Amino acid sequence: MARMKFLCDADRCIECNACVTACKNEHEVPWGINRRRVVTINDGKPGERSISMACMHCTDAPCAAVCPVNCFYTTADAVVLHSKDLCIGCGYCFYACPFGAPQYPKVGNFGSRGKMDKCTYCAGGPEADGSKEEYAKYGANRLAEGKLPLCAEMCSTKSLLAGDGEIIAQIYKERVMKRGYGSGAWGWKTAYREAIES
Amino acid sequence: MASFGRFIRLAFGVCTLLLLAMAAPASAQQVNPTASSVKEQQLLQELNRIQGRVSIPDQRSGVLEQPQGREWREFRMVTLPWIGGVAIIGMIALIMIFYLTRGMVRLESGHSGRTIVRFNGFERFVHWMTATCFIILAISGLNVTFGRQLLLPLIGFEAFSEWSQWAKYAHNYLSFPFTLGVVLIFLMWIGGNIPNKVDIEWAKRGGGLIGHDHPPANRFNGGQKMIYWIVVIGGGLVAASGYALMFPFYGTGIESMQMAQIVHSIVAVLFVAAMIGHIYIGTIGMEGAFAAMGSGEVDVNWAREHHSLWLDEQMARTGPNDGQRQPATAAAE
Repeated sequence: MARMKFLCDADRCIECNACVTACKNEHEVPWGINRRRVVTINDGKPGERSISMACMHCTDAPCAAVCPVNCFYTTADAVVLHSKDLCIGCGYCFYACPFGAPQYPKVGNFGSRGKMDKCTYCAGGPEADGSKEEYAKYGANRLAEGKLPLCAEMCSTKSLLAGDGEIIAQIYKERVMKRGYGSGAWGWKTAYREAIES
Repeated sequence: MASFGRFIRLAFGVCTLLLLAMAAPASAQQVNPTASSVKEQQLLQELNRIQGRVSIPDQRSGVLEQPQGREWREFRMVTLPWIGGVAIIGMIALIMIFYLTRGMVRLESGHSGRTIVRFNGFERFVHWMTATCFIILAISGLNVTFGRQLLLPLIGFEAFSEWSQWAKYAHNYLSFPFTLGVVLIFLMWIGGNIPNKVDIEWAKRGGGLIGHDHPPANRFNGGQKMIYWIVVIGGGLVAASGYALMFPFYGTGIESMQMAQIVHSIVAVLFVAAMIGHIYIGTIGMEGAFAAMGSGEVDVNWAREHHSLWLDEQMARTGPNDGQRQPATAAAE
């Protein structure tokens, strides 16, 4: 099985936010929730970079470790998923997540959180693949259809890469070699405890 | 003159072209946008977090990376269970050793049959309201820290999740009466709980716990004053940090949320340990103590043994209560 990862080539990202829009549309993500976002660092200054960020599907995922009800699981493709039936909306995964991936719909009184929502790597949830229930809770299951996450698939500059970690790392390395520069695979050290040497 | 001008222009143009031709290949090779760009490791080393601008309304999502979540994870998964486990199991072990060696602190002069009002109805209501809330808050809180390891394997995922969901609701909603109780306790018993010289003497003589000594005490002895301040300060801290967690990101960032959870959980487990001691001494630990919060009236002999100065004060004021209730509000002064 592949070890699925995301890689954002910051030297290519033009902050068009198509990945954000594609994700919201594909999964009919509720208002106020963003599974993916584009963060621009040093905006308007020399050396500015934009990075598209969602759940990185970490190795030894912190969210899964701290969850009080143990609602997370890792698929054979190393995608970190969770069960909304088990989630109690405590907010702990957000404190532990290095990438701010978990999102909570605001329900009821004051700041009380609903069931957590996050990037599923377009792989749905514990329900039957492609079922109505799965779609309602987690959105489309593209992986089960043999497709990769839509955000990366439709990235106009091919900045955002998704797929087997070794393959996308190879693609990135070749790019860096050819053009002579690269600001590195953002988040990889934190998520996978490895960096792509370039 | 016109031709000279044309010559100058031509010469200038040629020079410019030559310069451009020379410069072009050189500059094309020098372009390295990464050289001046932001670098992940450098940013992380500087601030231990990376933050930028986002164009979506949720401005919190501008935090790109916060690896300090790892330290928080370490706290939640390792440090806190240790602190909590040692404090709570340690307290239970201490009590068991104490109970087995010393046994119940007996009423040495026996029951006199005459009682005196120690806590009036309002005081007892506030005490039991706070106590009931505390027990439910403590169980639902400990569930968050220890439930996954201790309870989940026993009852399974669905049942544990269902229970934890209700526990969370209870934890959130009962925080309000609990906080009110802490505030009322603070106001209604502050008069009798200012530490004074009597407490030093009381502590020096082991508070009557060691041996069969009965050091004099006011309405509240040194130990009770300690419990009072644990409730007031501990209760204040858990309430403040708890509301920060309950109203997430209202003026708090990710670090302050982590900090609130750390403060809340450490204070809470120590609070639970202290309250186990309090429950013990108020029930099976000491003969006659429960009546103070149960019926509100204590035996005069009990009051003489444990709160002699308070009893003298009360006797001087009203005399013992022979089956007739006396207002105890004045006693707090």
